[in-house]
Amino acid sequence: MTDTSSALRIVWIYPDLLSTYGDQGNVLVLKRRAELRGIPTETVRVLSSDPVPEQGDVYLLGGGEDRPQILAAQRLRSDGGLKRAVEAGAAVFAVCAGYQIVGESFGDDDDNPLPGVGILDVRSGRGDTRAVGEIVADVDPALGAGRITGFENHQGRTALGPTARPLSTTAVGIGNGNGTEGAVQGQVLGTYLHGPALPRNPALADMLLSWRVGELAPLPPAWGERLHEERLAAALQ
Amino acid sequence: MSELPLRAQLASVLGKSAASLSRATGRGDGSVIGGRVALKVEPDLLGKLARGRRLTLVSATNGKTTTTRLIAAALRELGDIATNEQGANMPTGHITALANSPDARNGVLEVDEKYLPQVIKATNPAVTVLMNLSRDQMDRASEINLLAKKWRDALGTSETHVVANADDPLVAWAGLGARHATWVSAGQRWKEDSWCCPECGGHLKRDPDPYWECPECGLARPEASWAVDNGDDVVVDPNGVRFGMRLNLPGDANRSNAAIAMAVGAAYGIHPKQSLPRLREIRSVAGRYTSVVTHGTEVRLLLAKNPAGWLESFAVLGPPDVPVLLSVNAQVPDGKDTSWLWDVDYTVLADRRVFVLGERRTDLALRLETDGVPFEVADRVDDVVARLKAERPDLPKVDVIANYTAFQQIRAAYGRVQ
Ligand SMILES: [Zn+2]
Repeated sequence: MTDTSSALRIVWIYPDLLSTYGDQGNVLVLKRRAELRGIPTETVRVLSSDPVPEQGDVYLLGGGEDRPQILAAQRLRSDGGLKRAVEAGAAVFAVCAGYQIVGESFGDDDDNPLPGVGILDVRSGRGDTRAVGEIVADVDPALGAGRITGFENHQGRTALGPTARPLSTTAVGIGNGNGTEGAVQGQVLGTYLHGPALPRNPALADMLLSWRVGELAPLPPAWGERLHEERLAAALQ
Repeated sequence: MSELPLRAQLASVLGKSAASLSRATGRGDGSVIGGRVALKVEPDLLGKLARGRRLTLVSATNGKTTTTRLIAAALRELGDIATNEQGANMPTGHITALANSPDARNGVLEVDEKYLPQVIKATNPAVTVLMNLSRDQMDRASEINLLAKKWRDALGTSETHVVANADDPLVAWAGLGARHATWVSAGQRWKEDSWCCPECGGHLKRDPDPYWECPECGLARPEASWAVDNGDDVVVDPNGVRFGMRLNLPGDANRSNAAIAMAVGAAYGIHPKQSLPRLREIRSVAGRYTSVVTHGTEVRLLLAKNPAGWLESFAVLGPPDVPVLLSVNAQVPDGKDTSWLWDVDYTVLADRRVFVLGERRTDLALRLETDGVPFEVADRVDDVVARLKAERPDLPKVDVIANYTAFQQIRAAYGRVQ
């Protein structure tokens, strides 16, 4: 979608099942940063009872408790729309439970593997301890999003297969549990930075937008950049 | 008190002196430390102290301190009561409350959501009140669906009589596990945590509000015998009699809290005509809804700890010419994670003067910027009031909404107002 005369379609997947940590923030900030550049947007909220539209540009998946996570994975698999959208070139930003869901498999409450949507070559299970706190990580320089900051709250441990590569290397926090944080495969991005990861990392939001609309005009620094600096300083203190 | 075994009596006395010491040394209100000492000496103390009393336990994500206060007011119709009015809502606080009122036959205890199952088990309460469940301090609280399941299981093995909000699906599902229940249609303004059926995960049909049902498994809202009519400021009792509420506490949320208090009162045999005047006397609860006057302006303090609480607070703000100050911290009692700010819709503030304060005011600033709400950044409430007053000498009032430690800091600055 390099033609900016039509609206950028932001699709929020299952806010009824996957929205526990301010996930709405990612939707709002993508929309705002696109519109500040004169790119019109259209936001679609897809409830778990509805089919997933295939014409979206960016698909967002949020966090969720164990049972909603299992339900969401089942529904997305039987719906098939998200997978077809990715095959057609859509971008995906999935956090926390959403990150695990878009992978090949994830663990249920007893850590038995359940199948994911299979658009990101990762497998997640349960660790012994819960990772809770501020996280800082350095994004793969090839992606150009710099140092990211967020809050993690999960018990997941994620192993990457050969097709996916780590989003970043952790400086503070647990992330995937092996010194890396998140995963990228084509335009599918998963991360344990939960909730409003894009508000706290304007460069990451812009990277995601640029995957769909090409190069973006820079924006003057505002509160997002200020918060980014402030949280980095607090976590690295 | 004489029925208590010696060891429990001793523990109770020890607890009391530790609490007096804590008060005397200025380390808090004493309610937690007293109970902690007592628990060490006698682990079954809570059960022993509860024996022979008719207790009500109150749990919810929001409004439990206020509702406990309202129920206490209603139950005083029957004489002395035991209650943890300072909001120390874990077992140590319950022990202190009961030990401090050894002769009270009746009591009402606010209970932290996570502790409710064990406190039901320990105290064998006559009544258990369940009001609402929603996301709250998620860096440490357990998941709310899991919590509802634990409530449901605990109620299933108890003889307690549940008084619960039929309009909150998660709460109703938990309450349906109990053998005896009184349902109150107390409304649910925050719905983002209950789109799915607690029984099977199906998508709930929720209309017309407050009705809800699951088209997949058939779980449905229990029929309520008490109801709140916010439009008419009325509570309707099980006989269909309408009582004008005219509370001094503001907003729909407090109408719900009061209706629940009246239903609990009725379970103790107190008629609404007797309980309602007692509820009207309450104007503030541990500083909440209190107004202080500074620079000749009324400053009203509202505590809101989570998205549902912020929604309730926005609903009771003064007219648009009343400025609002928002203050957010992220200390341990607040939850270290501010993600929840993104679950709240701030666009309702767009037409008024808004100030952001607190340790996490930058988070608030970005949040408001994203919603297109103009705001100013400030350090202290008093500075803002002085500045506003200089600009507008006839300024009658400002509202302050703050989360837990931010609220306590502001309250302390005004001398721990009640
Ligand atoms: Zn169902």
